[in-house]
Amino acid sequence: MSDKRLVRVFLVDDHSMFRAGVRAELDTLTDDIEVVGEAGTVGEAVAGIGHLRPDVVLLDVHMPDGGGAEVLRQSRKAFPEVVFLALSVSDAAEDVIAVIRAGARGYVTKTISSQELVTAVLRVSEGDAVFSPRLAGFVLDAFADRPGAAPISDPELDLLTPRERDVLRLLARGYAYKEIASELFISVKTVETHVSSVLRKTQLSNRYELSRWASDRRLV
Amino acid sequence: MWRGGPRVSILDVTAVLREQGADIERSVVGVERAAAAPEHPKVYRRRSGRAMAGVAGGLADHLGIPVLYTRVAFTLLAALGGAGVVAYGLLWIFVQQVSSDEPAREISGKERQQAFGLVALGLGLAIGAGTLAGTVNGWVAGSTSVALVGAALVWREADQSQRRRVRGAVLGGGGRSAVIRVVSGAALVAAGIVIFLISSIGLDQVQFALLAVVAALVGVAVITVPWWLRLVRDLGDERRARIRTEERAEIAAHLHDSVLQTLALIQKQADAPREVLRLARGQERQLRSWLYGPSGYGRGVADGRIEGGLLAEALARAAGEVEDTFAIKVQHVAVGDCELDERLFAVVMAAREAMVNAAKHAGVAEVSVYAEVEPEKVTVFVRDRGKGFDPEAVPDDRHGLADSIRGRVERNGGEIRLRTAPGDGTEVQLHMPRAKVST
Repeated sequence: MSDKRLVRVFLVDDHSMFRAGVRAELDTLTDDIEVVGEAGTVGEAVAGIGHLRPDVVLLDVHMPDGGGAEVLRQSRKAFPEVVFLALSVSDAAEDVIAVIRAGARGYVTKTISSQELVTAVLRVSEGDAVFSPRLAGFVLDAFADRPGAAPISDPELDLLTPRERDVLRLLARGYAYKEIASELFISVKTVETHVSSVLRKTQLSNRYELSRWASDRRLV
Repeated sequence: MWRGGPRVSILDVTAVLREQGADIERSVVGVERAAAAPEHPKVYRRRSGRAMAGVAGGLADHLGIPVLYTRVAFTLLAALGGAGVVAYGLLWIFVQQVSSDEPAREISGKERQQAFGLVALGLGLAIGAGTLAGTVNGWVAGSTSVALVGAALVWREADQSQRRRVRGAVLGGGGRSAVIRVVSGAALVAAGIVIFLISSIGLDQVQFALLAVVAALVGVAVITVPWWLRLVRDLGDERRARIRTEERAEIAAHLHDSVLQTLALIQKQADAPREVLRLARGQERQLRSWLYGPSGYGRGVADGRIEGGLLAEALARAAGEVEDTFAIKVQHVAVGDCELDERLFAVVMAAREAMVNAAKHAGVAEVSVYAEVEPEKVTVFVRDRGKGFDPEAVPDDRHGLADSIRGRVERNGGEIRLRTAPGDGTEVQLHMPRAKVST
């Protein structure tokens, strides 16, 4: 009907009720997304992702046998074209940072509205990163260069540029990408670029202090 | 009087009841056995059907052979320099007795006689072998066996009183015969020690006194070994059980007070979506802080930071209160944290007022709060995407913004900025310089 390709989504969550709910919402709310499969365990998820090759995996963080980070570890190398979006009830800093560092392209909490979830899925499928305000806060916190923050062990990496910091701050204040763009007088595309590079830095930075730090501060 | 129903004789009923009772008893015993020996079967000493301490019987049960064989084996071993006696004593000390719920076992008079005969024979063999081999002289052998018999008497009494261990008394509830047995046992031990000491006369007085004291202490220690062992074992068991029970009770109580109550309320108010949302949100926040919060259940109590003194916590509390009161969602994010002082407290109160304003006037379901602590200042943003307003058009009699927010912050040396326009939402920005901290 349209020339637009359907975004194929795979659901991973150990609660079948929740999977059913998300599937129903995605089916009714939009025609751009097709749920192609779901899994309730790490093993099922890895097998399903390998078999179906979805565009986006909606990934639960807490599962009995290792959780979202484990799924990422086992399937990300093999299928680099698959994009992961973490969707979790937990907004504990250590969980968030762990899956982002394992390679998720975004993190949203389960209290997100359905419409926002659709937007988030479409956005990560186009290569953007999706940050909830809370996640932006954690990242800002983790990269803070203020006294008392975690010492930075590899200096050539990844202090955030002032611009990236501005973008993150606005994100944390609850601004949408479009609003950030007009606030900073840049294009939405540029905002997306900044956010993606923040994400890349978070994943690249080999500082295990990142999560240590966050959990020390108990940013829950 | 049974009328109009199926006629059931009272005998049938009691028979059924008895059967059920037996079933229950069996299953209770089964459960306890399963609980006591989860992985590999343990050796237990017999409680009933024993000649001395039930060691041979327990071993026989464990190996699945007639008890006579193990008794004979112990007897024969006793001839080998008393090895059988020693082995028996060690097993007595270290092997637990079966629980008293175990069904009692019948023991015939003949078996009893046989067993006592074997005991006597074993002791005789042990002493005889020792004397013959010349490793010990008659005096030592005699005194040792007298002391051993005494210790055996006392220990047996200790076994009996295991059931009454709550009272912790040696003689607890055992009646006169128990007293007699324990006292005579102790007397025998003492006698054994005295005989031993007398046999080694030839030392001078001081040494003799010292030796006597040491020997008496050893005697007391020997007599009380079973109680010590049991005490330690029972303490450990009881503590583990108590901790488990308490923990379970705490979780159950908490879930009852919080989640179950909320779910019940939600069921009752299913047709009031705002109320349901409010309840669910409040409950979620509470459960979250119980699980992951600073002094939360999932964290243990390992780190003791003072509660209530930090900016992020105070803001979170304020956000929670507004959520509860106005049935909206307050998304709050804090970067960095610091101790509250008077100025920052003013900021928190002002921020709370800004949230309340947004909840009341903006007509939105969600408000964002972002706080950032920097070395020289603290900034808090309270933002909604609601109606917005024209600041010029606010009537003079409205005090919320002017007094509660602007006045409060400016009195403390900070400033506020306001971004709003009709239809464009509102953002209140609170800036407060931090007090110089001398480090």
